[in-house]
Amino acid sequence: MSLIGRHLIDPNDLTLEETQQIIDLGLKIYKNPADYADVCKGKILGTLFYEPSTRTRLSFESAMLRLGGTILGFSDANTSAVKKGESIADTIRVLDDYADILVMRHPREGAPKLASQYSTVSLINGGDGGHQHPTQTLTDLITIQNYKGKLENLKVAFCGDLLFGRTVHSLLKSLSRYPNMSFILISPPELKIPYHLKDEILHNHNVEIIETNSLETYMPEIDILYMTRIQKERFFNEEEYVKLKDSFILSRDKLENAKKDMLVLHPLPRVNEISYDVDLDPRGKYFEQAKLGVYVRMALISLLLGVIEPC
Amino acid sequence: MLKVTSIQKGIVIDHITCGKGLKIFQKLNLDKIDAPSVLLMKVPSEKLGKKDIIKIQDHLDIDFTILGLIDPNITINIIENDKIVEKKDLKIPKQVTGMFKCKNPRCITTVDDYVEPEFTLVPNGKIQYRCSYCEELTEYRL
Repeated sequence: MSLIGRHLIDPNDLTLEETQQIIDLGLKIYKNPADYADVCKGKILGTLFYEPSTRTRLSFESAMLRLGGTILGFSDANTSAVKKGESIADTIRVLDDYADILVMRHPREGAPKLASQYSTVSLINGGDGGHQHPTQTLTDLITIQNYKGKLENLKVAFCGDLLFGRTVHSLLKSLSRYPNMSFILISPPELKIPYHLKDEILHNHNVEIIETNSLETYMPEIDILYMTRIQKERFFNEEEYVKLKDSFILSRDKLENAKKDMLVLHPLPRVNEISYDVDLDPRGKYFEQAKLGVYVRMALISLLLGVIEPC
Repeated sequence: MLKVTSIQKGIVIDHITCGKGLKIFQKLNLDKIDAPSVLLMKVPSEKLGKKDIIKIQDHLDIDFTILGLIDPNITINIIENDKIVEKKDLKIPKQVTGMFKCKNPRCITTVDDYVEPEFTLVPNGKIQYRCSYCEELTEYRL
């Protein structure tokens, strides 16, 4: 099925084949970016960021500019009509006439889905509360594909805030569909993955899930270690955040027992959950991951706009 | 023993789990309708030990879906000329809209309230529904 004009709200809005198309095109653009420098000439990306974002917003903006397109939008809900009490429905009804494709970040879970119901152009979820972040998932998948050469038969460990971590939710949901996957979920008891997500994954997919609060126990078995930040902004209670913020810190000495070809990934920004000495370890790929995120977003934008044929 | 006469025409909501009758009576807004109705509580029952019953002397257009959600053991009897002409067994609805709100305080539907989330029953035996927007599970409580 063509991707032209489609919305991307949940990582599983894309079939495995469509996901692969985007990854393959992303890697092709990564190798020869100059070939794609004008494909979006005359097209406008609308960026609707109701919540602060550096990486995702700039990654999208960089992607569109590198494709020869232009951007417009807001990066703070306080400077838009939202501040005056405008509903999402009304904002979208207007802005979809101003842009050819939209990306939305919103602190409320389900907001991009609601927006997509009113949008006549493709709308991409740039992260909604603690729910989903499908383009970070594409970023994670292109990185795994690039460095591991495959997206199946992997033991993937997620560590940190698994309750509010939308990047974890999306990646877990997407990876669950690949053959022979197993997951190790490392978190303090207060930040375990939401029950509804675990229930859905176990009900729909034949995967193994181990939950633990130890970062070291399963280290020798892990193929991908996905670290996450304990997100201050998701807590209603400062005291609870302070109690949990230093739960897991990955330092280079903890990688001694890890596989030589293990990947350490992180959606960034990090606070202190990965020590700076890990940056020197070749297994730490989080900055390459952020770089690949631009190329996979270039591929996504191009395919949703229909300016490039799939590989 | 307390006796309540049968109704000639109307609806009998029977086999209500003892103690839920009053809330169902209120949920259906029966105190506001212009038709005679009666709530019987703690009625001896072979099947349930004790049960509540509601009788309404009118053929109201009642949304039986919500009754399935509240208490799937309920039976609905439609009465005409002193006889039961139709008996309806209730089922837990697989999809519901507009009967309750999403319990997730971070869900968009709690602020953009022109939106009605659709809830889908999760097959985990707990009568929990997945919100179509945020995917959180909400358990309906009377």
